[in-house]
Amino acid sequence: MVMESALPLLPIGIILVTSILIMVSAKRPNLREFWSVAGAVLTFISVMAMVPAIWQGNRIIYTLSTIAPGISLNFRVDALSLIFGIISSFLWIFASFYNIGYMRSLNEHAQTRYYTCFAIAILGAQGVSYSGGLFSLYLFYEIITLFTYPLVAHHQDEEGYAGGKKYLVYLMGTAKGLLLPAVILTYVMTGTLDFADNIRTGVFPAAADHLWITVTYVLFIAGFAKAAIMPFHNWLPSAMVAPTPVSALLHAVAVVKAGVFCISRVMLSTFGTNILQDLGIGLVTAYFVSFTILAASIIALTKDDLKARLAYSTVSQLSYIILGVALLDNTGVLGGIIHIVNHGFSKIALFFCAGAIYVAHRKKNISDMAGIGYAMPFTMGAFALASLSMIGVPPVAGFVTKWYLLNGALEIKNIPILIVLMASTLLNAGYFVPITIRAFFEGKKERWSRKDIREAPLTMVVPLVLASLVSLVIGIFPDFFIGLIGKLF
Amino acid sequence: MSPYLTMNPFGFPILSTVIFLPLVGVFFILFLRDDNKIKMTAFVAGMLTLLVSLLLFFSFNPGTPLFQFGERLPWIPAYNIYYVLGVDGISIMLIVLTAMISPICVLCSWKAIEKRVKEFMICILLMEAAMIGVFCSLDFILFYVFWEAMLIPMYLLIAVWGGPQKDYASLKFFIYTLFGSVFLLVAIIALYLVNGTFSIPEAMFKGYSFQFQFWVFLAFAIAFAIKVPMFPFHTWLPAAHTEAPTAGSVFLASILLKMGTYGFIRFCLPIVPQASFYFAPFMIVLSVVAIIYGGFVCLSQTDMKKLIAYSSVAHMGFVTLGIFTFTMYGFIGAMLQMLNHGVTTGALFLMVGIIYERTHSRQIYDNAGLGKFLPAYVGFFGLFAVSSFAFPGTNNFVGELYVLISTFSTSKITGFFAVVGAVVAAAYMLRLLKQIVWGREDKRDLTDLNVREFIYLTPLAVFVLWVGLFPSPFVRIMENTLVHLFMQLDKLSH
Repeated sequence: MVMESALPLLPIGIILVTSILIMVSAKRPNLREFWSVAGAVLTFISVMAMVPAIWQGNRIIYTLSTIAPGISLNFRVDALSLIFGIISSFLWIFASFYNIGYMRSLNEHAQTRYYTCFAIAILGAQGVSYSGGLFSLYLFYEIITLFTYPLVAHHQDEEGYAGGKKYLVYLMGTAKGLLLPAVILTYVMTGTLDFADNIRTGVFPAAADHLWITVTYVLFIAGFAKAAIMPFHNWLPSAMVAPTPVSALLHAVAVVKAGVFCISRVMLSTFGTNILQDLGIGLVTAYFVSFTILAASIIALTKDDLKARLAYSTVSQLSYIILGVALLDNTGVLGGIIHIVNHGFSKIALFFCAGAIYVAHRKKNISDMAGIGYAMPFTMGAFALASLSMIGVPPVAGFVTKWYLLNGALEIKNIPILIVLMASTLLNAGYFVPITIRAFFEGKKERWSRKDIREAPLTMVVPLVLASLVSLVIGIFPDFFIGLIGKLF
Repeated sequence: MSPYLTMNPFGFPILSTVIFLPLVGVFFILFLRDDNKIKMTAFVAGMLTLLVSLLLFFSFNPGTPLFQFGERLPWIPAYNIYYVLGVDGISIMLIVLTAMISPICVLCSWKAIEKRVKEFMICILLMEAAMIGVFCSLDFILFYVFWEAMLIPMYLLIAVWGGPQKDYASLKFFIYTLFGSVFLLVAIIALYLVNGTFSIPEAMFKGYSFQFQFWVFLAFAIAFAIKVPMFPFHTWLPAAHTEAPTAGSVFLASILLKMGTYGFIRFCLPIVPQASFYFAPFMIVLSVVAIIYGGFVCLSQTDMKKLIAYSSVAHMGFVTLGIFTFTMYGFIGAMLQMLNHGVTTGALFLMVGIIYERTHSRQIYDNAGLGKFLPAYVGFFGLFAVSSFAFPGTNNFVGELYVLISTFSTSKITGFFAVVGAVVAAAYMLRLLKQIVWGREDKRDLTDLNVREFIYLTPLAVFVLWVGLFPSPFVRIMENTLVHLFMQLDKLSH
């Protein structure tokens, strides 16, 4: 059933007001941070308010304005939207607390700008989730790019500018140069930019030229560079010059997930699984991203900088999501989409840990972290748990993903994909397990004098422990998200 | 009344009022000595004109493609020359734009112009009257009189109140446009010799011989291409823009460049349609070259005004591209882009003027690193800059989307070339924006926007977001006129 309601505008409106309040409270840091936390909580509540309707199998739609026939600034909430919407708003609460500890401990500059841009980036992520067509999607997708640039280049030093420049060149360049023509070609062929009602049929008429459908598809996949599919991944490791909470929430959740969300959305709601199946481009996509899964994991093995290793891990894990959707059967799609949730919680925990290590001990390289588990047991314990999820060990969340992806590959009887998944699991273990071993089993306990044993501030430790615990909980009880995604089919 | 004109529902000649209200202001200014009173009078005259033009806008009937609020008086009956005025969906928005920009030009010159204030304000109001006159005229001679009348105050604005190279710039501007006007006059006389009338609507869709259309198109095209300006006739523009005072640059960017594209839509398409089809591929190539070339030249600029001037060449390329793809999307996109470019580029020139008053330099480097010290200024600048490279949610994106849809639906290759220009636009605008916000570290002693500047920037900012998010009222106003034009062209193309 289709419900017409302005509910999806609520979280967006709340964040807009929050960002304005943050700006006008520049002179009063406590109040400013209060707005950030309060905005995050209210946003999450307003997102959850949409769950019952979707759970009952409805879809919420709302059109704000018409741009041209078939093009409108419209919103639509279905199970796919909510998955991303819930994750980005829920983790924003964690990140808001974490931000306070991180930014104050390091005495960072330009904090008002930082909090404002942070909030607007989340606004973009929320908007992307609830977009009802490619026009809205493109709008919010670009808002994310523009407002995360000041966050990436936050330190305003040479490294920051270089990272920021790469960020803009990749993201803005692909969005204007590849994505925009893809959107326009879609409109020229179909006469609409709205999404289709179900994930099977898509919007392309049967008579459309197959060659141009394929070209459009390729432009879309390459144009959503936020998904960091190789060779459009290079901006992500460079963006790690940003403060760690930015890397955590934006470059593990909001920005990159916006990319994979958009690709999933376009594959399912613009093209539809039928046409991708008929043209045989679903499987090609799966093979294509398999390369990213393996190559990024191998690069991650070579990185000693913890954030860089996490970044390449992200590149690899994002492609799981696309791989799952590209399998085009229900199990695979389910496995892909649920990884938006699973990867979100686990990876944010890992990045939070990296930031906590830096704040408490000023260490960035894995080689310097021998025995750090003695000094910060909570942080490294959470790290160990979250990295198990990344590897896909039961009962942590990542296992659920692997289970559905493997089943999906088995259902379509595709051996190469199975091999890729297994190989990547080994690689994941190869670059995550040594960190835990080094933290807990290398170096002597005696080396750490009493004053060295310290954790980061509580506003940082609590969110990171909670995030890793959540990835355990949703690994044991995955029913809510599985049930929600089930409404798509 | 003629068949193409609908009655004026008001008890007074409203179009003549809009045209001549600024001249009433000029009359009062002639008797004033005090600079402040002169400025005030000019502002009031501009605001009154704006009010009347808004009255015009809200009583405009978008349901008919005919010319509305018609006025017709004999002028030189011996040659069939009439004083005929009327507006349709194409001209109405441009009139409102002109009326909106003029008081802004008065406000932005409040402090910037110190010498010969009286003459300056007279020039501004004369410009306004002439520009509105051009958009209202339905008689070739009347049109031509207004067209030429614009030249003189514009020349004076550059030559008297301009920058260090004002003589070079103003002369170049004058010679270029006068050269173009001669061709316009030739075309007008040629049409008179065939039709026996100077009426513009009566010259449309007459089925002239192709030979005749070919030459008339060429004459029109040279006149209008210089005005737009299209590549390769654009070289007067950067010089004129850079040397003109802020108000002059804003007039140039917002309204004067639109005269060329207005000419293409109003004259070339309906009067010489077959020749327009014939030359379309050529015009499309020139447009795409302008888009890409203009963009790349912008990348290497160090002068803010020059950068914005060259970006105009690229933007106007999108307008002519839209016109000559001959689809509804193209026409609507071209019209929207004319308005959008008027507002956004005008606003960017205002931003340069504002910072010039503080730092006395137009160099990007001298004005870099303002983010910390002028947050409000940088906020407005950011909005207009992203609007300029067609960021979604701003006015230019909607117009560009229409034009690109039209381009891709007629030729995908051309579309991809135009997209290259769009990417370059993002590159040079973001580079400029980054420099202005963060380019320097040292402490600057500058004051942020004052109330007057806030007042004239706000309506432009509102317009940017309004058209970007809710464009349908603007599209609806012009739709019927353009559909009518499109249908008649479509009949001929088969």
